[in-house]
Amino acid sequence: MELLRGTLAIAWKDVRLELRSREVIASALVFGLIVVVVFNFGLNRAPGSLAPVAPGLLWVAYAFIGVLAMNRAFTRELEQGGLDGLLLAPVSRDAVFLGKMLGSLIFMLVIEGILLPVFAVMLDLPTLSPTLGLVILLATVGFATVGTFFAAIAVQTRSREILLPVLFFPVIVPVIIAAVEASALALQGGPMTAVWTRWLPLLVVFDALFLVICPWIFGFVFEG
Amino acid sequence: MSTTADSPEGGSVAIAAAGIRKEYGDRAVLRGVDLTVGWGEIAVLFGANGAGKTTLLRILAGLARADEGTVRLAGRPMHRRGNRARRLAGFAGHQTMLYNDLTCRENLGFYARLYGIRDAGRRIDDALAQLNLSDRANRRVRTLSHGMQKRLAMARAILHEPAVLLLDEPESGLDAESVATLGELLREWAASGRAALLTTHSVEVGLAWAQRALTLDGGRLSGDIPAHDSTGYAATGHGSTGHAATGSG
Repeated sequence: MELLRGTLAIAWKDVRLELRSREVIASALVFGLIVVVVFNFGLNRAPGSLAPVAPGLLWVAYAFIGVLAMNRAFTRELEQGGLDGLLLAPVSRDAVFLGKMLGSLIFMLVIEGILLPVFAVMLDLPTLSPTLGLVILLATVGFATVGTFFAAIAVQTRSREILLPVLFFPVIVPVIIAAVEASALALQGGPMTAVWTRWLPLLVVFDALFLVICPWIFGFVFEG
Repeated sequence: MSTTADSPEGGSVAIAAAGIRKEYGDRAVLRGVDLTVGWGEIAVLFGANGAGKTTLLRILAGLARADEGTVRLAGRPMHRRGNRARRLAGFAGHQTMLYNDLTCRENLGFYARLYGIRDAGRRIDDALAQLNLSDRANRRVRTLSHGMQKRLAMARAILHEPAVLLLDEPESGLDAESVATLGELLREWAASGRAALLTTHSVEVGLAWAQRALTLDGGRLSGDIPAHDSTGYAATGHGSTGHAATGSG
């Protein structure tokens, strides 16, 4: 009960702050659009021929957006010592981690949801299916879990903007591979056997594993 | 809140720290600090910049871990899983721990939810009134002056009615009226049987507010005298009065 109370309080606080300032979502949206436009020009492909590389571009953009959003979500805690306020509260460190993670997850899903139709047009994505939605959800849970953990560490250092991606991307590679492969299959609209037997189980296992490991280690990192 | 007349939350003393050691790299900041603060007592901790006052307060609040030694608040050990002990402490430090884009009421509402405070609306109104911030309740924190933000941080620290208050230079940046408000709050705090430990560089304010004056020097407590005995305090070599420059200890 205390875990749920603390988690929801922290996540709701982050959502309310974002509704006021809109700094995370606005900057991430602009950044996401820039990434896709730059790739579009950089790859110099003919119109209609971007489909084979579209899943990769989609997830590269989502991964960069995730780093940006999570970095900002934790930096906001440092401005007036909010992180100390969270750690002083009689809620477990697990609740602090899960609350920040849930807040980041909500931001990222909102940003991804807004950008997906834009990407669909710009990258010639053929179909948008419920399976693709499930892939995005599971991969984003993995992003948010690992990213929140490393953002909490990185934010305490001077080189936080550099440190987070350096720590984050090597660990998140399995999620990106699974998400790109599953998205490619989902977008082709063909047989989904490999998606359901290989890539989605991989994402579920990754999420489950890191949803246990990250809160546990977070407690030691922030041991008072 | 009280369970007995002289021990609001149990435990024979409010704060009991024994053998606290803390090192940063090869520099020992605290070298075995033993400290007790009784119920109904306000103690002030003096010391030069870098003496370890802030570090000691953060260890007592559970925000930092001592390399050696134990901390008990109202008899309960303060450690990582020490939710009960954390609930007993209210801490206000150099940073306000507030969110600039939330209003005063929303900030306190957030902490009320974190602390699981029942009847949160009434407690928030009370805390704002105690710090003379009722008329600013719906203003965003970023629109408040530094002194008002500091008072709101105090309201946050007392919101859950902790048994022990830990204050790091609470008077710095406050005008005379706010200092008087804070002094009155601390007098009521002690009268209700609760305890407080504060640090300050203002000897005048510290001696006026506290019943006990402690001195941290070289990582150890080097003085422990009744605060009304200012002659005795002067004899320890820290006796200059008035608002000294503030800084982290």
